[in-house]
Amino acid sequence: MQIRYAVFTPILCRTQRFNCAINNTRLQMLFTQTVPGAIYLLATVSPRYITLVKAYKMSMELDVFVGNTTIMDMEVYQLWLDGLTVSDAVKVRMDEGALLECEANPEVLTSDTMDQFRTFQMCERLLHSPTKLGSQLLYQIPAQNQIILIERYYEFDSVFAREVLGKKLSKGTKKDLDDTSCKTGITLKSCRRQFDNFKRVFKVVEELKGPLVENIQRHFLLSDTLARDYAAIVFFANSRFETGKRKLQYLSFQDFAFCAGQLISYWTIGAMDSMMEDMDVDLEKEFLNELKDLKVLVNDKDMMDQHKILVCAALRGKIKVYKLMEVNFKNLSRALINLASKLTHTKDVRDLFIDLVEKFIEPCRYDRWTVAEITLFLTHYTNAAHCLGTFRHQMIWDRYMGVIKSSQCSPLLHLSLIKVNYLSPSPSISSVSPPVNILNELNTFLICKL
Amino acid sequence: MPGKLKAKIVAGRHLPVMDRASDLTDAFVEVKFGNTTFKTDVYPKSLNPQWNSEWFKFEVDDEDLQDEPLQITVLDHDTYSANDAIGKVYIDIDPLLSSEAATVISGWFPIYDTIHGIRGEINVLVKVDLFNDLNRFRQSSCGVKFFCTTSIPRCYRAALVHGFVEELVVNEDPEYQWIDRIRTPRASNEARQRLISLMSGELQRKIGLKVLEMGGNAVVGYLQCFDLEGESGLVVRAIGTACTLDKLIPGTVLNECMCVCVCVCCCSLILSGMGSGISVGKEAGPLKTLLRQQAQSALEQREFPFFTLTCFPPGFLVHIGGVVSARSVKLLDRIHNPDEPETRDAWWEEIRQEIKSHAKALGCHAVVGYSESTTICEEVCILSASGTAAMLNPRFMREGCLDAGGSDQRLSRCGFCHIPYDEFNMPFPAQLTYCYHCRRQKVPDVLFTTIDLPAEAAVTGKGCLIQARLCRTKKKAQGEVNATAISNLLPFMEYELHTQLMNKLKLRCMNALFGLRIQISVGENMLLGLASATGVYLSALPAPGGIQIAGKTPSDLSYDQHISTMQKRINDTIVMNKELYNIHPPECIEEVVGSPIPDRQRSRLFRSTSESSDELSELDLSHGKKDAFVLEIDDTDAVEDIQSLLTDAPMPAGFYSCNTEVMPGIYNWTSGLQMFTSVRVYRLNNANLTNQGLNKIFTDLCENLLKSLYFKLRSMIPCCLCHLNFTVAVPEEELIQVRRHTPKNTSPILSIFPRNILNEEQLQFSMELCGESTSSNNQPTAKASERCSPLPEVRSRSLRSTRSLPCGAPVTVVKMTPLSFLPMTRIVKYLGIINMFFIRETTSLREEGGVSGFLHSFIAEVFAMVRAHVAALGGNAVVSYSMKECVFMENPNKNQAQCLINVSGDAVIFVRESDQEAIPPLITSGQTSTTGADGTT
Repeated sequence: MQIRYAVFTPILCRTQRFNCAINNTRLQMLFTQTVPGAIYLLATVSPRYITLVKAYKMSMELDVFVGNTTIMDMEVYQLWLDGLTVSDAVKVRMDEGALLECEANPEVLTSDTMDQFRTFQMCERLLHSPTKLGSQLLYQIPAQNQIILIERYYEFDSVFAREVLGKKLSKGTKKDLDDTSCKTGITLKSCRRQFDNFKRVFKVVEELKGPLVENIQRHFLLSDTLARDYAAIVFFANSRFETGKRKLQYLSFQDFAFCAGQLISYWTIGAMDSMMEDMDVDLEKEFLNELKDLKVLVNDKDMMDQHKILVCAALRGKIKVYKLMEVNFKNLSRALINLASKLTHTKDVRDLFIDLVEKFIEPCRYDRWTVAEITLFLTHYTNAAHCLGTFRHQMIWDRYMGVIKSSQCSPLLHLSLIKVNYLSPSPSISSVSPPVNILNELNTFLICKL
Repeated sequence: MPGKLKAKIVAGRHLPVMDRASDLTDAFVEVKFGNTTFKTDVYPKSLNPQWNSEWFKFEVDDEDLQDEPLQITVLDHDTYSANDAIGKVYIDIDPLLSSEAATVISGWFPIYDTIHGIRGEINVLVKVDLFNDLNRFRQSSCGVKFFCTTSIPRCYRAALVHGFVEELVVNEDPEYQWIDRIRTPRASNEARQRLISLMSGELQRKIGLKVLEMGGNAVVGYLQCFDLEGESGLVVRAIGTACTLDKLIPGTVLNECMCVCVCVCCCSLILSGMGSGISVGKEAGPLKTLLRQQAQSALEQREFPFFTLTCFPPGFLVHIGGVVSARSVKLLDRIHNPDEPETRDAWWEEIRQEIKSHAKALGCHAVVGYSESTTICEEVCILSASGTAAMLNPRFMREGCLDAGGSDQRLSRCGFCHIPYDEFNMPFPAQLTYCYHCRRQKVPDVLFTTIDLPAEAAVTGKGCLIQARLCRTKKKAQGEVNATAISNLLPFMEYELHTQLMNKLKLRCMNALFGLRIQISVGENMLLGLASATGVYLSALPAPGGIQIAGKTPSDLSYDQHISTMQKRINDTIVMNKELYNIHPPECIEEVVGSPIPDRQRSRLFRSTSESSDELSELDLSHGKKDAFVLEIDDTDAVEDIQSLLTDAPMPAGFYSCNTEVMPGIYNWTSGLQMFTSVRVYRLNNANLTNQGLNKIFTDLCENLLKSLYFKLRSMIPCCLCHLNFTVAVPEEELIQVRRHTPKNTSPILSIFPRNILNEEQLQFSMELCGESTSSNNQPTAKASERCSPLPEVRSRSLRSTRSLPCGAPVTVVKMTPLSFLPMTRIVKYLGIINMFFIRETTSLREEGGVSGFLHSFIAEVFAMVRAHVAALGGNAVVSYSMKECVFMENPNKNQAQCLINVSGDAVIFVRESDQEAIPPLITSGQTSTTGADGTT
């Protein structure tokens, strides 16, 4: 065997394939590139004539691909949104089998990925104000692609949103994003993008009148679901609800988003007066003040007793925890009413969720209430108040309990109860199958939520 | 006689923030035409100003109307300091001067700044009132229509084809004037843009005058080029074919229209190597036929019987001789007097004469598919011209004959293949056989041409892109020595390119090349050659023979073995390719007719390289002693050749590519059509590259580029890349600088070599559902569009999206394509030529994403500006789009880069054909026999 001519760069020698070429003299092959950006050529022509084994390091200085219609690969877009670097994205794509298509090689893949990333980067400026995307002349993007581009750009990881929920969308928070990134496993770049999106949406709709969700949809062209999620984020960021406490950790973003939806529809000015005029972002001050009047329900002994009797009458025989309920009724009622009356202070508004959990849910949980039971209790608890002849604050009561009852706390309750069950299975549940029960419960929860 | 130009500035939007303090802009607009300037009021504190100005009126000569662009400058008003420019818009008002084209320009134009790119948009309204001009001595040529399209435009009928028109104007390049040292880059770029705009206006006007003189009313196949000769100046030159066009009344004459448009092309073969042009010329035999004489006389009056068209009305082409080309190496010197561009004229004159004489030698009296190009490196300039020698039907040259003869013209499916020359006096050795189609006339064994495949040609199987790539190193030299070195290398390069093309053609079992385009570019120490063409199997020509490999030392056993393995691989590849391209020619008994020269041999491409008039030493390159298709592999070159033959990566399934307008063998197009531009620059790091090494690299670059394309477009399979246009350049400026710093024996890592700009432009592809098997033939086209059209009904969608877009009407979708037509649509109106030149410079290269980011956004901006102009004219597509020039320079150390782009095309309005007429009649009419099933869709 003769090697007539061989020049290797160190990189080539590192590759396994090179060894195989030397050992296997019968190979007739041509090697191209193993590392993106470099091309190695190895042509072995025959056993006797291994000619031209040469490696050139060649750097691609410029590589551009522009279409009249901008085409975008949505899978690559997702990788870009996830904040991956080009080389990471190439790895992911290779793992996903991109190389099998069209006889691609890593170099082709790298070049394609770089191109796409560059395109996205250049479009990013436009995505910051999605309405411009439709009227700009620079990129001709088919309308259906524009919609996808925007929607995906504004999509966020609920884990991340959960972390930021209720925090002030300020520079300080942004600085702490690297912690969030470590904690959630989402790349810092992606975290920043999501945070900036929150902030941008917040800034735009903060001062706008009219329904929050519609405002978001109009200015950011988002889908209904996504706009609702943003509404929740804006709402939480504005009222700065405390969500970070350990006791609230079990709640997911979706749970809070649901609560936010309820709060917006019951407790804001827009809720009562759908003809806009005012905004959805803030809780109605007047309403919060009026909540004080509900105190009569616990302060007036007669009223309280009557209330209890009505509730008990309705629930007798319908719930397993009837006994406990009867005993604790006053405490539960007092907890709910006190919560309401305290809401005049901003601080207490912020602590709404933590208070709810501590004062109402935890006692229930301690008594092993089920979700159905709580829901039933709250329903009758609310309705019974209407039957109290002397109780005058029906409107306020409905608005308040609307949130508490219909749903607001049901996810809270719900998940907390599951957790309790799981940790200490009640005697009634067979010890073998707690997960099954939990699953069932979860199912019913999902069903009722739907 | 003057005309009146009226302009109105309506509004602006998305303006940049010019006042940091308020985050707003106080914008106003200056409108300038010639030496007159108007200003709008300042619209304070807004990024979306509404000027709604009065009509600014300019009373000007129509000569000026043709030369000058309307210049709109948007500025930010500053009370205390000078006003800051936001950007400019140049509007070419030429389209308004022709009565049939657009009547008003109205729309949003991107505001462009040569340093910052696009900064917002401005809404402008422009109108022209033109008075009739009966002055015989006028200098203007308003009303002459220009088309980039290299065929008779779809809604016109050619009453008369007058012939070749050319013109060039020269000027000093503002970039190299002394004043450039003291003015800002912006001012210098703008001066350059403006000058070029003026020059091309002037050029068009002058060409128009020539056309009027000839009695024509239009220029078809208008090709305008810039030569940036650096210190020696700036040359703008253009060639085209003067015609008299009649407008077809839309609607009534759809059929006729189609009939006129059926492209006929012709072409031929000849190819070859590098013999000396002169000796061949002498061999040319007497022309005998009457036809020939007639045509001769019709054409004789013309100085150059050249046609820039590549597609012709039926019956126009009679026979085709083959490719003729000429190159000449010149040393540039400063243009002393811009008004007397005689030197350049003389150079081109020389080359055209040469082409003419080559054509004569082939027994042809005309050259079709003619084009000219230059490549410049330092002070050396290579001028090249090439075309296809052909016999034309004289009917088209004489007035009034066309209408009479229209119907009797029987389309012959093989006529164009028949040899135009005398078989006993062949200008070059070739093997002749009787035509496989009609059995009456002789045909050559291989045809090479620069034109498109005639629509009536009988083709077997499908076509494919064939490329030959070549690199040659050369010593670095200056001036005369350099020029001599280059001209010595050129013949060898052409010869090798030709050999490569021939081998690849054989390997694919094809026998004709269409759209051949050979580009040679010079760098400081290398020459690059790139030949692209579309290979097809013409049923009329004989089946190509195989390729045989011969070794020099047959005694050696293992070597023999090696040879036989190679041979086997080659044979396998041929069989595979036959399958791939669906080539199953009917078996024919080989009947070789007496060819006066017994050797099977390659034909010869007429070319000669001359530096001034120095003739090359005679080279015996005719391969006289070898079988034409025997490859010897005793030397490493040949090994390389074979390697590259076999390593040409096959196209992934579902892809087809060609560099002609229509893909031979595929007839069911959908209307989903997209155009891409891709640019790549490589830097070679190896200090002492050999020819082989370079070749390898170059081939890989091209292959890789193609692979990337396939990969990127994979979601659109099945898809056909049409009109694939490769351009290569070896920019020199860098090279000199860098090399100066590089001592001779540095390690490979440190030394930097020339960069190859692999500039792959105008990649355009269209979706198609290919009819490979009979079953898929029957699938309705609807399915194709459903399945693969990436842009189904963009218009309806954009309408739907309006609900969510509060900012007014959606942007018109403008399609761009290098093709002269849009599949499944009908072009109803030509709005005028688009010819734009842009410069973009940056002093913050890194911040803009490096060179790639910079160029990417620049190209996107150019597209945007072209689209905006077309939309403003009321059009919805650009056909025959091409990016003529894309010059890129960078200086990474200074964080600077500069890029020049020149684009051209025809703005049109098209309408979609209804689904019933899904298949363009154009194609079906020409191809019924090959793909009968297509008609059913």
